[in-house]
Amino acid sequence: MKIAVRSKNFSETRVLGEVSFALAPGQVLAIVGPSGIGKSTLLRIIAGLDSRFEGDLEGVGRISMVFQEPTLLPWRSVLENITLPTGCTEDAAKKALADVGLEGRGGDFPGQLSLGQQRRLSLARAIAAEPDLMLMDEAFVSLDEATGARMRALTSELLSKRGQSAVIVTHDVEEAVQLATRVIGLDGAPAQIVFDEVLDESADFATNAARIREMQRG
Amino acid sequence: MWARQQPCPKACSTRPVARRSRGVATLVSIAALIATWAVAALVVADQNTLPTPWAVGAIIWKEAANGTLWFHLGATLMRVVAAFVLAMSIGAVLGLALGRSDRLNSWFDPWVLVFLNLPALVVIVLCYIWIGLNEVAAVAAVAVNKIPMVTVMIREGARALDPALDDMGRVFRMDRIAVLRHIIAPQLAPHFASSARTGMAIIWKIVLVVELLGRSNGVGFQIHLYFSLFDVGHVLAYALSFTAVMLAVEFWILQPIETRASKWRRA
Repeated sequence: MKIAVRSKNFSETRVLGEVSFALAPGQVLAIVGPSGIGKSTLLRIIAGLDSRFEGDLEGVGRISMVFQEPTLLPWRSVLENITLPTGCTEDAAKKALADVGLEGRGGDFPGQLSLGQQRRLSLARAIAAEPDLMLMDEAFVSLDEATGARMRALTSELLSKRGQSAVIVTHDVEEAVQLATRVIGLDGAPAQIVFDEVLDESADFATNAARIREMQRG
Repeated sequence: MWARQQPCPKACSTRPVARRSRGVATLVSIAALIATWAVAALVVADQNTLPTPWAVGAIIWKEAANGTLWFHLGATLMRVVAAFVLAMSIGAVLGLALGRSDRLNSWFDPWVLVFLNLPALVVIVLCYIWIGLNEVAAVAAVAVNKIPMVTVMIREGARALDPALDDMGRVFRMDRIAVLRHIIAPQLAPHFASSARTGMAIIWKIVLVVELLGRSNGVGFQIHLYFSLFDVGHVLAYALSFTAVMLAVEFWILQPIETRASKWRRA
């Protein structure tokens, strides 16, 4: 997959400058940067939700997304929240529910789930779509520490198990290092890539995180 | 299309009791209304001006037994149903279109306002003149009266649709029908239900006027007939019978549909 954004404006303001990168199959890319820098805008462009930009998207294929909020259909059952958007079979949906630890909850409505469970359902939906590329937009914010850590571990496990290509947007360097194999830093106005680093898989999280932080400081 | 049957352990257990006490309150309240009428009729003591409830009851019984009541109730009910279905479907489509598109809305909002403020009587008279004194004109007149109201209510709902769910549908490439069924319709359901409620109430009243002005059957026609004979008993008999029919529609059709559609809220 190739993305080459030359420019993205909101009315008069140029939010994104030259931002280009290619993604290898199975690669998990984290985009980090201060909040409000345009990370989510970039992700919406990749998702095809925003076509008003200058540049090109290539070979994106089938996409699924884990949004900042769970973004579920409260009037449909947990199981239908997977089968209706993704078009997968009931069995595939049940398997995805089991993968995120929600087995047996298929008949409930989303309103009967806790926020953590709703986010796991949102993750299960993204996985059940069997996408070529999975997008995640700050998918772990507003979760308490322990739930967030469990969610990250679960996501990391599911991504590597499936060899899933993904682009993850986050402001949290720890999260980026834990989930991704490559980290891109955005900064400036208009935002540009300030570093593009493939993580050293033999090094531990703390070392990698320290390296990324150093790069962020420039 | 709505949610399937689900066990609901928390909420359901308390509901039959609440429903029963509400049912009792309704019965007592209706009894009190009839009692007030009876007292007033006895005080007035003039059967031509205000007949007693039992006199009106006897008329209803007689008209029901010889079949005329059912014939006229049926004619009116058919018109109500036809106009209702027409007004709800056209109003829903228009409301959705105007609510989703600011450009369409800025062009057609003045039209909606004009039709909203057009007196029912004018629409009825014009329909009869332009279309003719027939069933099509009668139903069209009622529907045209109601469409702008449905349009406005559905438009409000369409404006408040959650953009995040729209995005979700687009990312997962749900087809248009699925988006309409599973994302848009459930969000519009409360607006649709309340416009159906007010719609039913208004439509049947307009139907009576339409019948009074240009039909030779129906409750409105009968009321007109007995008005010219100054027969208050028959006027009340027909009016009350049809009110009972509309209450039955409300309790046994509209309310259960609404309850089913909003089941996910109570789960």
